[in-house]
Amino acid sequence: MNKQIDGVSRAGNGSVAAAAPFLRIRNLVKRFGSFVALKDVSLDVTSGEFVCFLGPSGCGKTTLLRAIAGLDPQDEGTIEMGGRDVSHLPPAARDFGIVFQSYALFPNLTVAANVGYGLVNRRRPNSEINARVKELLALVGLSDQETKYPVQLSGGQQQRVALARALATSPGLLLLDEPLSALDARVRLRLRDQIKDLQRRLGVTTIMVTHDQEEAMSMADRIVVMNQGVIDQVGTPSDIYRHPTTAFVADFVGSMTFMDAEIAGPDGVRVGDLNLHCKDAKGFVQGSLVRLGLRPEEVRVRNLDSATQNKIDAKVLSLDFLGSFCRARLNPEAAPGITILADFSANLMRDLAVTEGQKLAIALPPESLRLFARG
Amino acid sequence: MSGAALSSDRGPALSGISRDALILRLGVAILVGWLLLTIAFPLWSLLSKSFQDGDGHFVGLKNYIVYFSTPTLFGSIYNSVWVAVVSTVIVIPIAFIYAYTLTRTKIPLKGLLYSAALLPLFAPSLLSAISLIYLFGNQGLLKGFLFGGSIYGPAGIVLAQVFYCFPHALIILVAALGLADARLYEVADALGTARPRIFWTVTLPGAKFGLINACFVVFTLVVTDFGIAKVIGGQFNVLATDAYKQVVGQQNFAMGAVVGMVLLVPAVAAFVIDRMVQRRQVALLSARAVPLEPKENKLRDWALTAYALVIAGLIVGVLGTAVWASFITYWPYNLSLTLKNYEFGTFDAAAWSPYFNSLKMAALAAIIGTAIVFTGAYLVEKTKVASGGRAIAHLLAMLPMAVPGLVLGLGYVFFVNAAWNPLNIFYGTLIVLVVNSVAHFYTVAHITALTALKQIDPEFESVSASLKVPVWRTFARVTVPICMPAIFDIAIYIFVNALTTVSAVIFLYGPGTKLASVAIVHMDEAGVTAGAAAMATLIVLTALAAKLLHVFLDRFVFMRLQAWRRR
Repeated sequence: MNKQIDGVSRAGNGSVAAAAPFLRIRNLVKRFGSFVALKDVSLDVTSGEFVCFLGPSGCGKTTLLRAIAGLDPQDEGTIEMGGRDVSHLPPAARDFGIVFQSYALFPNLTVAANVGYGLVNRRRPNSEINARVKELLALVGLSDQETKYPVQLSGGQQQRVALARALATSPGLLLLDEPLSALDARVRLRLRDQIKDLQRRLGVTTIMVTHDQEEAMSMADRIVVMNQGVIDQVGTPSDIYRHPTTAFVADFVGSMTFMDAEIAGPDGVRVGDLNLHCKDAKGFVQGSLVRLGLRPEEVRVRNLDSATQNKIDAKVLSLDFLGSFCRARLNPEAAPGITILADFSANLMRDLAVTEGQKLAIALPPESLRLFARG
Repeated sequence: MSGAALSSDRGPALSGISRDALILRLGVAILVGWLLLTIAFPLWSLLSKSFQDGDGHFVGLKNYIVYFSTPTLFGSIYNSVWVAVVSTVIVIPIAFIYAYTLTRTKIPLKGLLYSAALLPLFAPSLLSAISLIYLFGNQGLLKGFLFGGSIYGPAGIVLAQVFYCFPHALIILVAALGLADARLYEVADALGTARPRIFWTVTLPGAKFGLINACFVVFTLVVTDFGIAKVIGGQFNVLATDAYKQVVGQQNFAMGAVVGMVLLVPAVAAFVIDRMVQRRQVALLSARAVPLEPKENKLRDWALTAYALVIAGLIVGVLGTAVWASFITYWPYNLSLTLKNYEFGTFDAAAWSPYFNSLKMAALAAIIGTAIVFTGAYLVEKTKVASGGRAIAHLLAMLPMAVPGLVLGLGYVFFVNAAWNPLNIFYGTLIVLVVNSVAHFYTVAHITALTALKQIDPEFESVSASLKVPVWRTFARVTVPICMPAIFDIAIYIFVNALTTVSAVIFLYGPGTKLASVAIVHMDEAGVTAGAAAMATLIVLTALAAKLLHVFLDRFVFMRLQAWRRR
């Protein structure tokens, strides 16, 4: 999975650096009563880019999307689209197509009428509209469903119709508001690939809101992680995963064991009685209290020797079987109050015959230990 | 932003949206204006009239002081409230058991039993009073059962109200008892709870809010109903007949206004308390609730079937009496059948014209009212412009629920009849009757429309905006077709109620616009009870025909037109 993310991110990076931003968001503030849903949010989105807004519910990601669309205008700040200030324009004067979690298909209109809904208004000849509708339905793989009504289609098919309808008028920006959340797991995976593929072929600038980190990782060129109305981090999926800048991002994207630690020197931290080497310690003042984070898959068990740094003895408290790997809860002997999560591949489980209650020598690689300010 | 920066494609859309917002704002403004004109201003006129003397001079509380120092007047408050409380106490248990029978047992003919119980909805309230007079009145068929007592007075009012209010209470209680989570009953069973305890701890609390609501609805109906007290009340004065006597009998408009204000108090109080209670209601049914399927229980089912048959029989029998009597030559001495009671020309110069006036009025109210109510509800629920205006519109739309028809009618008399009002040229015309009926039945229609609109995906408007489709186009092409069933429900509701109402229109008809329900009152006053029964029968048949047509169209025609609803 890591390799795949890598590939995507590199492709994304290449296109991102060159162009001027298509969408410029500056200092956006949105309040609902006394609740501040967006706190001074600024963001650039490049033309042709696929950006995901990722975060837990209530983090402001949908609010930001709806502000971009003009559906719930911001209280302060500006939005520019393609060099045009659209901050105070109504939705219809902006240039976007939108797909909602609920599909929002018109139930009393056929699939073809739904897709052509925005075209009819442009006073084009019928033949032209029909041709465009056919083209779009072919694009989303629903050519034979033209005359059906939405209720006769599956959820995945309905969402593809909604996608075709949003793309029909060739908008400069495609907004996807949790488009996959209402679908079951298998359909979701398939549609994920289809959307990503379609987006690349059409090159349409796309923003998708999701709370599913895996979805964001596999689809986005860049991920915008949001938390409590602010953007915590913006970066490629691998950036976000490997170099989370806040504990929130680290915890929300992938899993991580957190431990309270103290900076022991320029390259070391102390966790309880354990002294660990840590490359990340440089930026911190000696003696300051930090949080130490470690991804479960970074815990090493094989090929440990006397030169291996941060080697410790631990006891296996429990093992959860999760299919292709096992998640272990480990208890370092020198720090009994701490539990470290570790992912062991099925291979490793078989080779080492790991069992609950067993003692195990593990290593916490210094380059994998992340430090976050406490607070 | 310069116009040149826009592509030709965006140009019209840009001006289109400002036009969109403009149209919606204009719509909200017109709606608020309409509701102010047809609901708020008449009520204001009534209020100010109650502080004026006959010449329109402000006299402060003088009218109220006169009212409360005249025992024959303020005694009616006690009479009205007392009759309403007794009627409520009788109706609610009967309706509750009936509703329980319909929702919680496995008995046959539920549809028929429910329909029979709803019959009184299609008749003017005074029909049950006319029937009771035929049965227990001076020439009553069953007069002997009263052992010398008289049906004219509180006993007759209460009895007639029980029949009239029964379906109103039943609808609410069927809805309340129809929603139940089977799991609560399974848990209670699993814990070994006895039947009576399950009833007291699960069933009754589940229906609590429905029961409270039904109580207030019945109470308000009885206090504000005019027809029954007028026909069968005899010398027993209640608020509704007082208002009529003051205005129509004595032309004492100021005192009529005071009675109207007094009448408003119990109605508004019931409305406000009910709202406060209902606000506490939390959703008892979560999305995960499993609907309750009644289980068989032979003894209970047989007993309740017998009960329901008796009640339904009484309702059909009592209403049927008036219908039957309308075809009788000379009650109760010559029971041979005749059509001469339908020759209205022999008792009243207006002849059959009140019936056709009523038809015309009800049809116009249904068409105009439905268009206004649905468009108004759309503006309130689905648009984002002028939020202050929309809030006011919603408040005004909810107001008629708390205003008795008689009070609204009085308000119209004072408002439309006022010398300063240029609209006074409409006084006594069909237009005023139509507008008044739309206002009178606005709230239920408004709530029906809101409920239907709330079920539509809230993002339709967002999608059309993103596709640059004007809002009115999506309204006509998507919203209205989807809501067609609700729209027809609203139309039939207004039609039936406009046809059967007496209270508001009794003050408002003019020389050529007398309505059927008013003609019933007049014929009854003139002692032509058979003619009154005949006219009432016509109304019932027309209302039932309209309802049957609606059911037929709904089931066979719309279903075919709405292929998109089928999987």
